[in-house]
Amino acid sequence: MIHRDMVCPFCGCLCDDLVVETEDGQVVQVDNACTLGSNKMMGAWQHRLKSPVMRDGGGWRDTTYEEACEYAAGVLLDADRPLMYGWSSTQGEAQGIGVSMAELLGGVIDSTTSVCHGPSILAIQEVGHPGCTLGQVKNRADLVIYWACNPTEAHPRHMSRYTTYADGFFMENAFRDRKLIVVDVRKSDTASIADEFMQVKPGGDYAVLSALRAIVRGRADVVPKTVAGVTKEQLVRVAALCKEARFGALFFGVGLTMAPGKYKNVRNAIELVDELNRHTKWTLTPLRGHYNVYGSNEVFTWMTGYPYAVDFSRQIAFYNPGETTAVDILARQECDACLIVASDPGAHFPKQCLEHLAEIPTVLIDPMQTATTPLCRCQIPTAVTGMDASGTAYRMDGVPIHLKKFLDLGYPTDTEIIGRIFKQVKEVKHP
Amino acid sequence: MNELLIKNAFVIDPINNITGEQMDLAVRDGRIVEDVGANAEVIDAGGCLTLPGGIDSHTHVCGTKVNFGRYMSPEDMRAGREARRGVKHATSGYSVPTTYANSYRYAIMGYTTLLEGAMAPLEARHTHEEFSATPLQDMMANTLFDGNWGVMEAIRDGDTERAAAIVGWTISAVKGFGIKITNPGGTEAWGWGKDVTCIRDPVPYFEVTPAEIIETLIRSCEMLRLPHSVHLHCNNLGKPGNYGCTMETFNLVPDLNDKRQTLYATHVQFHSYGGSGWKDFCSKAEPVAGLVNNRPQIVIDMGQVMFGKTTTMTADGPMEFNLYRLHHNKWSNHDVELETGSGIIPVLYRRKNLVNSIMWAIGLELALLVENPWQCMLTTDNPNGAPFVKYPEIIALLMSKKYRDAEFATVHPETGSRTVLPSLERELDWNEIAVMTRAGQAKALGITDIGKGHLGLGAEADIAVYPLKVGEIDPAKEYEQVIEGFSKAKWTIKRGRPMARDGEILVHGENTTIWADPVIRPDRDIAQDPDFCEMFNHWYSVRMSNYPVQDEYLQRNLRMQSEADL
Ligand code: SF4
Repeated sequence: MIHRDMVCPFCGCLCDDLVVETEDGQVVQVDNACTLGSNKMMGAWQHRLKSPVMRDGGGWRDTTYEEACEYAAGVLLDADRPLMYGWSSTQGEAQGIGVSMAELLGGVIDSTTSVCHGPSILAIQEVGHPGCTLGQVKNRADLVIYWACNPTEAHPRHMSRYTTYADGFFMENAFRDRKLIVVDVRKSDTASIADEFMQVKPGGDYAVLSALRAIVRGRADVVPKTVAGVTKEQLVRVAALCKEARFGALFFGVGLTMAPGKYKNVRNAIELVDELNRHTKWTLTPLRGHYNVYGSNEVFTWMTGYPYAVDFSRQIAFYNPGETTAVDILARQECDACLIVASDPGAHFPKQCLEHLAEIPTVLIDPMQTATTPLCRCQIPTAVTGMDASGTAYRMDGVPIHLKKFLDLGYPTDTEIIGRIFKQVKEVKHP
Repeated sequence: MNELLIKNAFVIDPINNITGEQMDLAVRDGRIVEDVGANAEVIDAGGCLTLPGGIDSHTHVCGTKVNFGRYMSPEDMRAGREARRGVKHATSGYSVPTTYANSYRYAIMGYTTLLEGAMAPLEARHTHEEFSATPLQDMMANTLFDGNWGVMEAIRDGDTERAAAIVGWTISAVKGFGIKITNPGGTEAWGWGKDVTCIRDPVPYFEVTPAEIIETLIRSCEMLRLPHSVHLHCNNLGKPGNYGCTMETFNLVPDLNDKRQTLYATHVQFHSYGGSGWKDFCSKAEPVAGLVNNRPQIVIDMGQVMFGKTTTMTADGPMEFNLYRLHHNKWSNHDVELETGSGIIPVLYRRKNLVNSIMWAIGLELALLVENPWQCMLTTDNPNGAPFVKYPEIIALLMSKKYRDAEFATVHPETGSRTVLPSLERELDWNEIAVMTRAGQAKALGITDIGKGHLGLGAEADIAVYPLKVGEIDPAKEYEQVIEGFSKAKWTIKRGRPMARDGEILVHGENTTIWADPVIRPDRDIAQDPDFCEMFNHWYSVRMSNYPVQDEYLQRNLRMQSEADL
C-alpha cells in the first residue's frame, strides 16, 4: 500500500511529503526522505522491543503492560522528588499528560531542551526572537547563514526544502540568486558549498558576532585586524552582504549554544539580527534537533508558563535552569525516581548523572533498546509516532504538524501508556 | 436530566429587553426552560445582578503568538503564579497567563465565551490544542487573511468569488470562525521589512491595495454568509495622526447585512490618534466616534489601555517592530508564509507618560461618545491595552464620572489639553454595561441564535451572578463596589453547571469550540482547483493534504454551517 504525504518523525524539519510503501505490515520503500529519515522508517519496525521488560536479578524478564505501568506508577508515587525527563521524540498529547502528572506528583519535568537549545531559550527570554516560518525563508531569502551547525548531516533536507536548493517564489533562479554563508570552527560539508566560509577559532563566536554588530552599526573603526581568526576584511564583506540582502535568514545550531559563551552567543546573534532589521529584513531560527523537542517547549509553556525544567515540588510551577534542569538534579543526586520518555540520556549525560540514574528506580518508555536501557529497572515499548501512531509535533519554526499512522504493530501509544500510569497515580493521589 | 433553579435573580438581559427584573431562572440540560421539577438544584441569587455569561469578542488567549509571549517572559509567569489546588491546576502569568490561568480568571469574572482574535491558518492546530486546555469557556478563533496570497491574487484578477472560495475553504479547513484582517497588506509588505501607510498603498508585488483587500473580504464574508462580519484591525495602528486613515477605512464600508454589522473594527483606541508626531499627539476620539454614530453598519471595540505592565502581541509585525524601536525592550517577530505575520513586545503604560495618559483617555472617550452601546464593545484587546482582569475597573470608569475625575487627577498634567475626557458627563447604566460585555458581543459575533448572550427560553444557560444589588448601590459614587462585584462573580454557571463561586473554581470543565463551515457549491470548491493546489504545494512548506485541522483536535464542538451564496 502506498501512503502519501507522510511525516518524518526524526528531526526538527518534520518533512511532510514522504511516500511510504507498506506490504504485510512492513515498510518496503520510503521516498523523499533523507537517509536519516528513511533508515528510521525502514528499520524501526524490526528493532522494537517485543514487550515491556523488568529487571530480574542480574538479567531481564518479559512482563505485561499492566505490571509495567503499575510498577511505574508505584515508583513515582513512592518518590519524594520524581524526575520526568525526555519528551522530545514523542507526541504532544503524551507530553501534556506528562505535565499533568508531574504537577500532581509535585515532581520535576524537563525535556532534552536543557542539553541542546536551553541556552537559546534563555537568550530569547532576555531579548526576544525575530523569527518566521520556514516557508517565508524558502520564498524570500536571498541570503542564508548557517552558524555553528551542519545541516547536511543533522538536518539533511533543510537545504533542499527550505533554503539553498528550494525554489523561491520571489526568485527567478533561487539556487543562483541565493547566497550562502557558513560560519563554523571547522570546514564542514555545508561549508564546502558556501559562497563565503568564515572560520572562527573555537570559542570565538561571541567576538565575531560583536564585530559584525559593530560594523553593521557603522563602527568598523573599533574592529581589530582579525577577530577570533577571522580577518577584518572578511567581516566587513560579510556585514555588507548582510545589509544588502533583501531577506536574510540566520540558522544556528548547538555549536553556538554549547560553545563557550553559551546563551550569550545566542543573545549576540539575536541582537545582530535586530540590528540588521533596521536596514533590511532578517530572521533567525534555531535548528532544533529531535522532531518534537520544540513541541515539548510549546506544550510545557501553555500548561505551566515555562518551556522546560519545571519544578512542581511547591505546588506552583517553578523554573530555574541550572537548578531544575535534569542534569543538575541528577548530578546533585536529588531525585529518587526517574521516568524517561522518548530520549536517550544514557548516550548523552555525564557519567555522574548516569550513575545516579542506575542507583534509583528508573523507568524508560521507548520503542527500542537504547543506551539508556541498561540504566533502567523497567522499559515499556510503545508505538512510534508517525509510523504506528498518529499525534502532534511542532516543527523547529513552530508550525504544528499532525503525524499520521500507516502501520499497525499492536503497540500502545505513549499517550496511552502515560495515561495509564497517570490514571493509577490519580487513584492514590486524588487531585 | 440535570436541573437547576436560580431563585431571586435580578436579571438584566438586553436581547430580551429585560432591563432589571426580579425573577427565577430555570435550567434543564444546559438550556433555559420555562420551569423545572422540585428536585432541581437551587441557587439563591438573593436579588443580585444576574446577567448572561460574559463574552469577550476580541482577546488573545491561545495560539502561536500568545504562547510565544509566555515562552519569552518568565518574569511575567512569575507575576501570576498560584498553587495547584483541588480541580485547579497551578497557574502562571499575569499579562500572558497559561491557558488554565486565563480560563480560571475569566470564569471568576463571569465570562463564559471567548473569541481568540487572531489565528494564522497555517498554525491553527496550535490554537485548537490550547482551546482544549482552556476548560471553562466556549472558544472560537478569527482566522487571518490580511496577507493571503491566494486572496490577493484573486483580487488582482478581479475575481471576488474566487477570493470568497479561498476564504470559505480555509475557514472550514482550519475550523476557524470569522475573517480577521490585521493591517491588510502591511503584513505581506513586512515580509520585506516594509509596511503600508494607509489603505491606498499598493502591496509590494501583488499590487493590490488594503482598501481592495478590505472591500473584497467584506463581500466574501457576506457571500459565505458567515455568522460574524469581517473583523478588522486597521492599517497604521499606534501612529500619531492615524485617525484619518481609520475614518477613510470606515467610509469604505457598505451596509450589507440586516442582522448584524458589516464591519467589526477592533481596538479603535489605537486607531484614533491625532497629531503629526509624538510631540503634538492628541485624541481624535470625537470624529471617529461621530462617524461610528452615523454608520450603524460598524461596530467597534475599545481596546482600552490601563496603566501598568503588559505584553503587546498582534499579527501586525511591522507595528511591533516600530514599538520595539520606541521601547527598546525585547522583541519577537514571527512571519507566517503566504498568510500573515506577528510580533510581541512587553510594555509598561505609565501615568507619568503623556502619550500613555492620552491613550488611556481615548478608549474611555470612544465608549462614552459612541451613543449606541450595541456599537461599542468593552475590551482591552487583551493583553495589548491591559490584561482582561482590568475589565471591572473599566466598567467602573464608564459608570462613574467621579471615578474618572479621580483617576484623571493622577495622569500626566497635560492630558487635559489633548483630550475631551474631563468634559464628558455621561455615565453608563447597568443595562449599557450588560450590552457592552455580553449581549452586544453575541449579536456582533452572530451567535445569539445558538443561544449566546441572552437568557431567553432555549438559550444556553451561561449565567453570571454578581454580588451587586442594583437598587442599593449608586455606581456613580460607590465605584469601588462595582469593581469588586465585577471582579468576582458570586456564581458563574456554564451550560447549567456552576463552575466558579466567589473566586473559587468548582469544576474542570470542557469547552465547546464554535466554528463556521460555509458550504460552497462543488464546482467552486477551491480544493479541486488545479491552479490553487499547485500554488499551495509549491510555495507552502507543508503539503496541502496536511493543512486542514483534523476533527480529533476538536473535542466538544459546534459547527455553524451556512449555505454560501457561491
Ligand atoms: S530532514 Fe529530518 S525530517 Fe526530513 S526526512 Fe530527513 S530526518 Fe526526516
